[in-house]
Amino acid sequence: MAQAMDWRAIDAHPQFQELHRRKSRFLWTLMIFSVIYYFLLPIGAAYFTDIFRIKVWGPVNVGILFALSEFIVAWAIAFIYARVASREFDPMADRILRQADSMRSAK
Amino acid sequence: MKHTRLVVCAIGAALGALSLNAYAIFKGGAVPERFGWLAVVVFAAIIALTMYVTYLAAKRVKSTQEFYAAGRSVSGLQNGWAIAGDYLSAASFLGIAGLISLYGYDGFMYSVGWLVAYITVLLVIAEPCRNIGKYTLGDILAFRNDPKTAKTMAAISTITVSTFYLTAQMVGGGVLVKTLIGIDYEISVIAVGVLMLAYVVFGGMVATTYVQIIKAILLVTASILLVIFTWAPYGFSLPGFLEAVVGDAKVQAQVAKLLGDAAANMTPQELGQRFLEPGLYLKNPIDQISLGMALVLGTAGMPHILMRFFTVPSAQQARVSVIWAMAIIGGFYVLTLFIGNGSAINVGAAQITAIDKGGNMAGPLLAQFIGGGAESLLGNLFLAFVAAVAFATIVAVVAGLVLASASAMSHDIWVGVIKGEHATQEEEVRAARISALIVGAAAILIGIAAKGQNVAHLVALAFAVAASSNLPCVLLTLYWKRCNTGGIVLGMLVGAFSAIALVMVSPNMTYPKIERAKAEKAIEGVTPKIAKLEADLAAAPDEASRAKLDGDLTKARKELTAAQDTIKKFEGQETSMVGLEKPLIELRNPGLYSIPLGFLCVIIGSLLWRDRRSDEMWDELYVRQNTGIHAEQATAH
Repeated sequence: MAQAMDWRAIDAHPQFQELHRRKSRFLWTLMIFSVIYYFLLPIGAAYFTDIFRIKVWGPVNVGILFALSEFIVAWAIAFIYARVASREFDPMADRILRQADSMRSAK
Repeated sequence: MKHTRLVVCAIGAALGALSLNAYAIFKGGAVPERFGWLAVVVFAAIIALTMYVTYLAAKRVKSTQEFYAAGRSVSGLQNGWAIAGDYLSAASFLGIAGLISLYGYDGFMYSVGWLVAYITVLLVIAEPCRNIGKYTLGDILAFRNDPKTAKTMAAISTITVSTFYLTAQMVGGGVLVKTLIGIDYEISVIAVGVLMLAYVVFGGMVATTYVQIIKAILLVTASILLVIFTWAPYGFSLPGFLEAVVGDAKVQAQVAKLLGDAAANMTPQELGQRFLEPGLYLKNPIDQISLGMALVLGTAGMPHILMRFFTVPSAQQARVSVIWAMAIIGGFYVLTLFIGNGSAINVGAAQITAIDKGGNMAGPLLAQFIGGGAESLLGNLFLAFVAAVAFATIVAVVAGLVLASASAMSHDIWVGVIKGEHATQEEEVRAARISALIVGAAAILIGIAAKGQNVAHLVALAFAVAASSNLPCVLLTLYWKRCNTGGIVLGMLVGAFSAIALVMVSPNMTYPKIERAKAEKAIEGVTPKIAKLEADLAAAPDEASRAKLDGDLTKARKELTAAQDTIKKFEGQETSMVGLEKPLIELRNPGLYSIPLGFLCVIIGSLLWRDRRSDEMWDELYVRQNTGIHAEQATAH
């Protein structure tokens, strides 16, 4: 099995701190946005019924479009996250991983 | 496991014989008796396919990593289908289509939360858990908290959540199979249990995963076919299709019935349009929000969903699997919009509720209609196919739950706590198989014992408990530096108990006094009606009106007997199970209170407790969950 890692050193490393900062900001922004967007649906259906009733496309009303938009938004968030994670976070983590290996062998 | 092959064949043969026997005892399910053989053929084909997969899997499963995590060799795409298979239980497959067919817009709105839940899983749970976990929820929590305490708590919680969910699935499944093809309730519960045990005991996670995938593909195929045939007559136009819904007399009648007096001044067109507007089913928005919280946070705390992320080779593949799962699950719920509404116009609410009050038969009956109706071969073939898919759904979901509970028992409790992590691979796999047998047997017994109970709220309760106990513990262990063993213990206990206690005093329970009052009111209403109908019948001028009045009279008399039975049933009882005359709270879903309480207790417990290990392990945990250094590797094949 691998030798002991100096976890504290990696945690304190500027590259890891950078990954942590960017990832936290990105994740929690997306998370909060998606939760708020989701709860707009039951709140809208209960308290803004008149708006939900407005017909926009034949019998299709705002409520139906809004509910469908929940699906689009959920998929969009998944897509955006996957893209950013694989283009940004994965390479950053990879670099840290390589550095950690060299840090260990230097000891 | 030398005799695996033999035993798998024997179980296959026994179930085959059972389904042939079932042919003889078909009595009045949704599939007409003379088409019973069709159901047998389709059921046997699907069972044979899954047993073959189990047989192949059983040859492979020797190590713990194979048994609990399918050797971490499941690809992201496969795992995405398996997650969808685990998640799309009969409740969402048949239940949501049913809600849409009866209540229109509200049913569709209800489905949204089930998809949004996966955003939480994707963003903050899947990858970190894959990076630091091994096989179970207990492994995640034991990383930096006291291992024995954390594993004990996690195992208790896993078994609690799974048991609630399992009971709902077993009872719901038994009723469903009975309604669909007329097999006795007890026999269908035993069939579900035995089949599921064969998958889990012999094939472990390998077989369970492939059964989930097969079932999810069948489910999606069936739904796509239904939607194509339902939507094609309207040239695949959304407004065109909904125009037909609005203009349909059966839909208008259903809305008029739901609205009661409020419908008096509405035109038929207005009534139809009302079906596409909110408020026919979900009356209490706070309850809605409470349920939404439980879904959005509870899914990420479901042990059988968490376990799925240990089956892929890396955190990247865990990510890919959630993306696929979201595409499949979301696509499926969009399809239910058409299945539900299609059933509302082609079958009609009256006929759907005639077979099952909750609307569960909306999808199957639509299948029958599309194939050519109740008297046609093709119609019944479609129906049999959908019924078999529903059956496979129940078995697969139950298998996932039993595997999660069995893993908690063997890996967390037996190996982690009792044996102090000292057990050989063979010993542990044997322990896992024995645990699966125990959990499976318990599931069958609970299923039979709970016959006739109202278990619908147990699914929501399972999600609420997971959201109030498991999720706060996992989330804060992963992301909060000060979190420690004290927080885990307090959070788990208070989160779970508060969710359960709140349901015990909620309107979900049965209150004899209220039930009696309702029944008395019904008798008061229906007695004069019967008298009037009898008078009308005596004075009826012709045969046609007499027949109609006769029908109405039978219905009214039925209502009267039902109400009288209720009064008799609750005679002498004054209070609910916990001794209440009426509910203490209005909320049916406890999440709104119990989830914040769960989080709060993890925080308070952590602040009150001192735990050096939790502190020391933080750096390692945080680096590992973000980078995947030292993550569990896949076995090479």
